[in-house]
Amino acid sequence: MRPATGASPAPDAAGLGRARATGFLVPAMVLILVFLVVPAAWTIYLGVTNYRLTGLAAANPEIVGLDNYTQALGDERFRTSLLLTLQFVLGSAVIGQAGLGFAIAFALRDRRGPLRRLVEGFVLLSWILPSSVVAFLWIALLDRDAGTLNALLGIPGMAWLLDYPMLSIIIFNTWRGTAFSMMLYAAALENVPRSHLETARLAGASTWQQLRDVVFPRIRGHVLTNLLLISLWTFNDFAPFLITAGGPEQRSEILPVYVYKVALSGGELGFGAAISFIMLLINLVIALVYLRMLGRRKEPA
Amino acid sequence: MSAITMRELTKVYPNGVRALDALDLEIADGEFFALLGPSGCGKTTLLRTIAGLEVASGGSVHIGERNVTNLPPGKRDVAMVFQDYALFPHMTVQENIAYPLRIKKVDRRARADKAAETADELGLSALLQRRPGQLSGGQQQRVALARAMACHPQVFLLDEPLSNLDARLRLEARTFLKRLQRELGVTTVFVTHDQAEALALADRIAVMEGGRIRQVGTPTEVFRRPANTFVAGFIGSTPMNLVDARVDGDELVVGRARLPLPEDARGQVGGGERLVYGVRPEYLDYSPTPVPGALSGQVVVVENLGSVSLVSLDVPGDDAAEAPGDAGSTGDAGTTGAGGAAGDAGGRTSVQVVVAEGGEPTPGDTGWVVPRPGRSLLYRDGDLVTVAEAASVPAPRAGAGVQG
Amino acid sequence: MTATTAPSAPTTAPPGPTGPTVAVRHVLAQIGRYTFLCAVLGFFALPLLWLATAPFDDTPTVTASLPQFTLDNFRALLDNPYALSSLLNSVYLAGGTAALVVVFAALAAYALSRVRVPGRDALLYGLLLLSSIVTGTATMVPLFELAFRLNLIDSRLGVILILSGGLLPAAIFILKDFMDSTPTSYEESARVFGASPLQIMRHIVVPVVRPGLATVGVWAVANVWGNFLVPFLLLRGPEKAPAAVIMYTLYTEGGQADLRLLSTFSLLYSLPVALMFVFVSSRYGFRFHGGIKR
Repeated sequence: MRPATGASPAPDAAGLGRARATGFLVPAMVLILVFLVVPAAWTIYLGVTNYRLTGLAAANPEIVGLDNYTQALGDERFRTSLLLTLQFVLGSAVIGQAGLGFAIAFALRDRRGPLRRLVEGFVLLSWILPSSVVAFLWIALLDRDAGTLNALLGIPGMAWLLDYPMLSIIIFNTWRGTAFSMMLYAAALENVPRSHLETARLAGASTWQQLRDVVFPRIRGHVLTNLLLISLWTFNDFAPFLITAGGPEQRSEILPVYVYKVALSGGELGFGAAISFIMLLINLVIALVYLRMLGRRKEPA
Repeated sequence: MSAITMRELTKVYPNGVRALDALDLEIADGEFFALLGPSGCGKTTLLRTIAGLEVASGGSVHIGERNVTNLPPGKRDVAMVFQDYALFPHMTVQENIAYPLRIKKVDRRARADKAAETADELGLSALLQRRPGQLSGGQQQRVALARAMACHPQVFLLDEPLSNLDARLRLEARTFLKRLQRELGVTTVFVTHDQAEALALADRIAVMEGGRIRQVGTPTEVFRRPANTFVAGFIGSTPMNLVDARVDGDELVVGRARLPLPEDARGQVGGGERLVYGVRPEYLDYSPTPVPGALSGQVVVVENLGSVSLVSLDVPGDDAAEAPGDAGSTGDAGTTGAGGAAGDAGGRTSVQVVVAEGGEPTPGDTGWVVPRPGRSLLYRDGDLVTVAEAASVPAPRAGAGVQG
Repeated sequence: MTATTAPSAPTTAPPGPTGPTVAVRHVLAQIGRYTFLCAVLGFFALPLLWLATAPFDDTPTVTASLPQFTLDNFRALLDNPYALSSLLNSVYLAGGTAALVVVFAALAAYALSRVRVPGRDALLYGLLLLSSIVTGTATMVPLFELAFRLNLIDSRLGVILILSGGLLPAAIFILKDFMDSTPTSYEESARVFGASPLQIMRHIVVPVVRPGLATVGVWAVANVWGNFLVPFLLLRGPEKAPAAVIMYTLYTEGGQADLRLLSTFSLLYSLPVALMFVFVSSRYGFRFHGGIKR
């Protein structure tokens, strides 16, 4: 009943005034500028230098143009790392977290009570515990000699982390991150009207047909949001470092770990920055796709 | 002392929407004044401009002798009750009522006393320690009123004060509000989109449309003599019948009937002039048998409104000069009499009439309706044709509102 | 994926209500569903078992097993010079960052929600974009560089500032959502009574959006508490290192890990976030905010 005020988009209800409002913005913007924007921009600069942590190039970095990038793209180790990262994102985020998260949410959709709370509690717990703790929990679980998993399976001496490092960190990250997808899909499934599912069931649709014809069309937006967000996060996830540190023999060296090893352990800051910039670009692409969709979804609403 | 005077008041939003358009209005001291209109007519903007929550783009607002046009809201000595009451959820009822005094740096004891006293007047004493979330809608409204009263402002501004209450409570709150305003005698302006509410509560009403005031008057005036067809259509729980008419000598041709020219319009209209004839359904008398000076038509719908019924008639247009009044068609259940008129697509109009209980016709009947003397109006280009210009003199404390 | 599709495998049965087939299918679906949920439960509980048992076992191994109950292991915490102090460091980092983030984000979110600041929409879009693409992992090189230049290496303040910078955009979004959903009539009402803008902030806005401030505070604490990378990059010595880093060094450095220490320390370090989570979800109900973690 306030059509007239609706016409003015942001009424300054407390009479703050623009000057004070700008003042309110400044502290946050300064921090964001210095510790988020500047580093991002600096990545671009560092990426075209031969800057090193120590030695001659540390004192006098030189502009080397796109050398770092050509070097990176030609580098076998970088290409492998990129490929591993792709596996990691696809396996642990898209298939693992999103798939398992949806399955759990769907299995729990019309349940209340202790079973639901128990399942949700454990899934959430694995999400909120500090990463260095859960990393050790998995090291212990997968331990070659006395790991709980080998004890359970009765195959002592199975060196999971050495023989299957990628599989290990993919399952680890699935375990760690499913909670977000589960909660998002649970919320999305609440929005699927019961009457639609009941209509489908009355028409004799199987569970799979109900999913395909009723559920997915309703939650398509949520699915896309979910996939993009968890891809973004997984792509930038450093936690696998805590378990395998990229090894053995760089067989689980995803990009974040690769950058850390090259730039900060190896001291090649310029080269590391070039890789970082490539990561930023990939992030940017994912984020832009996401924002475009977000904008499109808001319009019809 | 606290009359409100607006001159040339204009509000244009940054996006170009002209919410108030050079508006002149005087609200008398102690008056209970309604701003009435459909959504988007500017009534809320006007209220908020009086409060100071919107800054006028042009013109002036005076409260009493003071020019408050550029004063911030807190310095205007007004109190406002919002549509959602805006009771602070984290404060108790007492703290809410005392909040204006806290701002005025009244000490804690005096604040508590004043809050208790005000709460007592409104029957809220038992609720002082509750929080707004624990109160019913009616109680919340009273707390909001108490909070407004606590600082003894010169003017009360109420934004849709009854709209958040359910239908039954609304009637009760309406009576309460009117009595409270009488007792306090403080100039009160309220906004509503509900014409019945405006008629029932207000001493005077300003009917607004598109940022302009279309009529100011007592409830009786706006109900009986709407200054234009907009007001005529907006006021009244059943809208006024507005029918095309033609002047013929000192008679008016409406449909196929000839009616006497309304007194006001005598000498104001020329022969053959085409006008709009207006009469409220309440001011028409229904007759199942032919009577002279009546509009006639076929009964289409009968709506039971409780003590009365609203009957809609299809009245054939003006294309033929003769009235259809054939004897015998009344008792006939068939539709032959009006059937002829129904055939021509030309000018068929619907006329509504309020019929007292016991006299309701059934759909299909042919009926005759006679306007009561002195209750018919004529509109030329949308404006009332009348001898004197519509009175815009402040007339505080006019008679009770006419129930729509 | 499995349970929901498996029961519908025998779709060779004709569609439509054909008595026993439907009942059988329903039972199969239920069995499938419970099997699946139990498997999920097992998968998620298994790694956590060790955390629940080892701290109380008098001879802890890396295998989760029924403990010979003892509390002696917690003494190991006192013997280690860095264990308890690292928890204090974590509190310091988390508290400092949360305070900074809540205050700064609240101010910014209020201004963005209520005042038509020039360039607001572009700013919001930029923030959204920045917060998602500029991650600590992608910018670790310049962050390290920056900290080095600003003399913030080995400084807890540096960690707090960098973490705050990273968390602020998302915090501003969460809080702006809160502010946008708060009716402006509260503030307008106070304003008509003559309250000054700062009084309105103090008396009305802050109390009304308190749940939002709490949410963001908790979110910031949870983030910093678990953050490993930033303190790992910037803090040199173990004296200033927070629990996340100490935890890592406990099992990677120096030969045989002390499992008594490791297990009790893990538990003690995990407990605050777990409790905080339980508290928040019971108090406010778990509110779903996109990306509440990370």
